[in-house]
Amino acid sequence: MKSTSNPTSNAVVLNGIGKTYENGAVVAVHDVSFDVRPGELFGLIGPDGAGKTSLFRILTTLLLPDAGTATVAGYDVVKDFRAIRGIVGYMPGKFSLYQDLSVEENVNFFATLFGTSVDENYDLIRDIYVQLEPFKHRRAGKLSGGMKQKLALCCALIHKPHVLFLDEPTTGVDPVSRKEFWEMLQRLKEQGIAILISTPYMDEAMMCERIALIQGGSIMSIDTPENIMQAFPATLYAVRATDAYHLRMDLLAEAFTESCHAFGDEVHLTLHTEGIAKAAGMEDVVAAMRARGHADVEIREIAPSIEDCFIRLMGQHHA
Amino acid sequence: MNQLLTFIRKEFLHVLRDRKTLLILFGLPIVQILLFGFALTNEVRNANIAIIDDAHDEASRSIIGMIAASRSFHAHALPGGHSSIDETFRSSGVKLIVLFPANFNTDLMHTQRARVQIIADASDPNTASTLTTYVSAIIADYQKARVQTTSLPYTISTNVRMLYNPQLKGAPNFVPGVMALVLMLVCVMMTSIAIVREKELGTMEILLVSPFKPMLVIVAKVVPYLLLSLVNVASILVLSVYVLDLPVQGSVVLLVAVSTVFIITSLALGLLISTITNSQQTAMLFSMMGMLLPTTLFSGFMFPIENMPLPLQIISNVVPARWYYIIVKSVMIKGLGFTAIWRELLVLVGMTGLLIVISLRKFKVRLA
Repeated sequence: MKSTSNPTSNAVVLNGIGKTYENGAVVAVHDVSFDVRPGELFGLIGPDGAGKTSLFRILTTLLLPDAGTATVAGYDVVKDFRAIRGIVGYMPGKFSLYQDLSVEENVNFFATLFGTSVDENYDLIRDIYVQLEPFKHRRAGKLSGGMKQKLALCCALIHKPHVLFLDEPTTGVDPVSRKEFWEMLQRLKEQGIAILISTPYMDEAMMCERIALIQGGSIMSIDTPENIMQAFPATLYAVRATDAYHLRMDLLAEAFTESCHAFGDEVHLTLHTEGIAKAAGMEDVVAAMRARGHADVEIREIAPSIEDCFIRLMGQHHA
Repeated sequence: MNQLLTFIRKEFLHVLRDRKTLLILFGLPIVQILLFGFALTNEVRNANIAIIDDAHDEASRSIIGMIAASRSFHAHALPGGHSSIDETFRSSGVKLIVLFPANFNTDLMHTQRARVQIIADASDPNTASTLTTYVSAIIADYQKARVQTTSLPYTISTNVRMLYNPQLKGAPNFVPGVMALVLMLVCVMMTSIAIVREKELGTMEILLVSPFKPMLVIVAKVVPYLLLSLVNVASILVLSVYVLDLPVQGSVVLLVAVSTVFIITSLALGLLISTITNSQQTAMLFSMMGMLLPTTLFSGFMFPIENMPLPLQIISNVVPARWYYIIVKSVMIKGLGFTAIWRELLVLVGMTGLLIVISLRKFKVRLA
């Protein structure tokens, strides 16, 4: 039976997708299932080597999965790869435009390639393209990192795709351009385009409607960023002292410490609550650290970030 | 169709914006033709030779006069005599010494037997044998002229005609060779690099994830190089006709048609290389080692294939340049028509078809 595109179905569906390299020696992706709803901005959050790019390549029909099935806009990624190639926009992790062609030539080339023209879908890319317009005669290779990504986004959008795949579009881009980039994505979402985006930056997870935390080729958690943060099972403290490096080592040595990780010049700490006669409090931590010779010890309760959740899930996953 | 044209236009832009590629593309044929035409020639012209004349008689002077008159030599007397022979070869650029013993003419008249010694620097065996042949020929000419004045009962006179290239110029041999070499190099290297570059830059990923058919990617890549190579064929022919005085004896249309077939063969080879390599460097190495070497060795342009051991002769059959070289020589130098070359052309067309089929089957519509 030939599958057909169904606008009411999910934009992307993955069902137990697995992928190995080098004849099974390297597992890139293992039993991944999630779906992206129509018009949803879905984030795939994980560090380098988590399997994000492999998933993108499977969904964009560039790689064949070893296990599981997946559909994009209702089309099977293996059987109906030709159909998928016409209706998705894809921005690979590496800048992949023609460096020796100008901004304008790149956009026109990709528009023609997809059988459309810049004028036809100009309203879709206008917000982005106006920023590029002053440089339209400049060669793509001579643009700044942020401009390059905007141009790549333009080229991926030019044919009004049903689903947009953005593989680490903000990696190596300055903070201002990153922010602008996410604002553009919010506007695109309003146009009803489903977006699957990957990023190693945990702070960007907050910009997505739903996220999947991925590590070592497996999904650890899928939910809205808020729910994931609320699901954090312990009270989280931020501890600060003059010697942050030794502070972490000393906290690790204490019996009351359940987990502690360095975050900038602070240490994020959770405490044991079970199997211990009396749970430690903030003042116990401060006292213990003072006893170990730390000066200016400060502690406060904080709300967990996605990164805290990620690190905690990672620890559970390994255990 | 519009997509294809835009793609082809894009490919032209790539070529035209890359100065290095342009230089290789158009500089290579011109440099090769001029190099082979004027510098790397095995024709002997103005070779330095020395003469020791101990005879100083009528016969020796006549022969020396004939040698000096030849364009092949730049002759001068060696004042030092016999003792300086070794020294002359070592220190000066003298390639050959002709030595007339005393009483040369007297011996010739009375004993019917005179000797001339020719000493050649055989560190370069080709030049040495060419030069000795030339000098021997001059002496033989002199002898013939003398014999006519006296009379000998029996003579066999050889009547030599050098067909197609009466002046024994090098150009008729190397122009077809250079054409094969340049087209092979330019087409194979340029196409393989052009396709592999898309892989290396990651643009292939985007091209694949587009409604554009992979088949058309190949066509779009190949068309610009086909056209640019035809420009190369034209420039080589113009150079050979107007600079090297080597006219095209046969049909120019046939020559261009055959060259087009050979260009497509080379493009298909480049395509095949691009499907099995992933970086521009490997593609370049493959093209250089895999194409340049066999083309120069086995096309018959540098080394006659008949002189090779049988296994190498068999290997030479799979080198497309070998067949193209034969065809170009037949059409351009001998002025032969289609009936004389159809077998070679058939081999070439067959090879092209096979290469295209293999490379299309190997062309991946996915990344791995």
